[in-house]
Amino acid sequence: MIEVRNLVKKYGTHLAVDHLDFKLEAGRVYGFLGPNGAGKSTTMNIMTGYLGATEGQVIIGGHDILREPEAAKRQIGYLPEQPPLYMEMTVREYLEFAAELKKVPRREREEAVDEVERLVKLRGVENRLIKNLSKGYRQRVGLAQAVLGYPDIIILDEPTVGLDPQQIVEIRELIRRLGRKHTVILSSHILAEVREVCDYILIISKGRLVAADTPENLEKMLGESDTVEIETETAPPAVEELLKDIPEIERVIIRERTDGITRAHIKEKKQEDVRARVFSAFAANGQTLLTLRRLSVSLEDVFMELTQKETVPEALVRKDAAEEESREGDEENDGGL
Amino acid sequence: MTAVYKRELKSCFQSMTGEVFIAVLLAFTGIYFVAYNLTAGYPYFSYTLSGSLIVFLVGIPLLTMRSFSEERRGRTDQLLLTAPVSLFRIVMGKYLAIVTIIALPNIVFCAYPLIIKAQGTAYLTVDYLSILVFFLLGCVYAAIGMFISALTESQMIAFISTFGALLVLYLWDGILSLLPSSALSGLAGVLILLALAVFYIYHMTENLLLSGIIGAVGAAAAVILYFVKSSLFENLLSGLLGRLALANVFTDITSNSIVDLTGIALYLSVIAIFVFLTVQSVQKRRWS
Repeated sequence: MIEVRNLVKKYGTHLAVDHLDFKLEAGRVYGFLGPNGAGKSTTMNIMTGYLGATEGQVIIGGHDILREPEAAKRQIGYLPEQPPLYMEMTVREYLEFAAELKKVPRREREEAVDEVERLVKLRGVENRLIKNLSKGYRQRVGLAQAVLGYPDIIILDEPTVGLDPQQIVEIRELIRRLGRKHTVILSSHILAEVREVCDYILIISKGRLVAADTPENLEKMLGESDTVEIETETAPPAVEELLKDIPEIERVIIRERTDGITRAHIKEKKQEDVRARVFSAFAANGQTLLTLRRLSVSLEDVFMELTQKETVPEALVRKDAAEEESREGDEENDGGL
Repeated sequence: MTAVYKRELKSCFQSMTGEVFIAVLLAFTGIYFVAYNLTAGYPYFSYTLSGSLIVFLVGIPLLTMRSFSEERRGRTDQLLLTAPVSLFRIVMGKYLAIVTIIALPNIVFCAYPLIIKAQGTAYLTVDYLSILVFFLLGCVYAAIGMFISALTESQMIAFISTFGALLVLYLWDGILSLLPSSALSGLAGVLILLALAVFYIYHMTENLLLSGIIGAVGAAAAVILYFVKSSLFENLLSGLLGRLALANVFTDITSNSIVDLTGIALYLSVIAIFVFLTVQSVQKRRWS
């Protein structure tokens, strides 16, 4: 369906996209995930033919976006980061213009516009000027424009940015519905969103593709965590005392919270499970445990891991380094509580 | 193309620039018409029209300033450039919309020679030709303005630069008379023009070798030619640059009733060149 071959984009000396190479199949929802400035928007702009690549090829349904731009662009609906709206037009005028621009046949135009208006819930604002609409509605108009004419491929650059939670839920629902019949590619720096909506995730960092898999597989790649979290009312020195005799523990990080509860992250040695031993140690000394749970590896960890390392592909193999990092991330979170 | 054309036309009227342009041009011409043709009894409408030329200097930049700069600022160029429409058609759609607005007052002008005829003698051929050439000159100015608008993101800068460029073209004859006519200055002028051309080629292609070769070969040819036959360079500058006095084709008709067909060909070529340059400059931005 979509083939990106060895794509490079340079701005002066800055390498925005660094030899990207991937193939996307029809009828799935793909997520481009990466921190700000990772090259997601640039890649999308190249895929839709807005920008030219320094090197490499983009092939949309068998048509090279540069050699046969019209045939390739006909299959794409694109919502850029900032919706391309003409402020002085009404919603209806704008969508009719977009339909004509996308070569929707004259007879079907009215119907096509009606349909997308229903789809993204624009009924009731269709005769208002776009400049008078709120950010959420503008985003919907942009989305309507991308969906118009039902192209095979729908590319959405950060479709939920600036929307309120209710609208975000609605747009996600819409994307999922579109994903049944179309190939949808969306970019985001919000993990929860990508995990919820996408069948397949491409993680991009510094212009390079660092991982591509289903959300489940990405989480599996890091394996089960070897960190156990406990919460107790016992004071930190006492907790340390209790845990120090358990041989399976490699390291303990303790932090006392302002409400008097102590939270500790216990790292186990390889292939061990310390939970039973920790429970017995507390119980034997008449201390109570409020929480005892194994921390699960989240997509967040995978993401942090992949996008913040210099040598990324190897990082997946070096599992220990990965979790150390994720733990440090957790500590920072605790500090904020 | 029709989609872009219709939208552009509508937007010109919605933003009032279309109305303002048409109203000012009609009002100006109307005043001259009353003064020259009706009150003073001069039978040529073409003379009246030459007075209105000055409206183009401000009016055309007003029409063209938004064409591409505004698309870029509002990011709507992303919609146009990712739609299954070729860039040439997008540019032509916009250009034809501006041309349509320039054509509207000219259609009204077609009635004026008939009013003169109703009062007595009229020179209809000259008058109608002058209206045609006046319209074409507007189209030339619009092509230049559209190209300048494609270079910038700010419509203010587009307006002022276009106004400046048109003003220089308008005053071109006066500027030319200041140029020296010796052979050596002719050579210097040719080299400066060559340098500008080479710089532009380098800017577009970013190929140092190609632009270097063109520059070196051109410069060598000019210098050799100068030593072999220096008389060629005498008055060359004013002769060469004199062709750029675009308005002369029009004023020849209005003041001397001379219709220069090559002048009309020149207008059409300048339009083609600037439409092409507009396409190129939009195209180039995608690659930088």
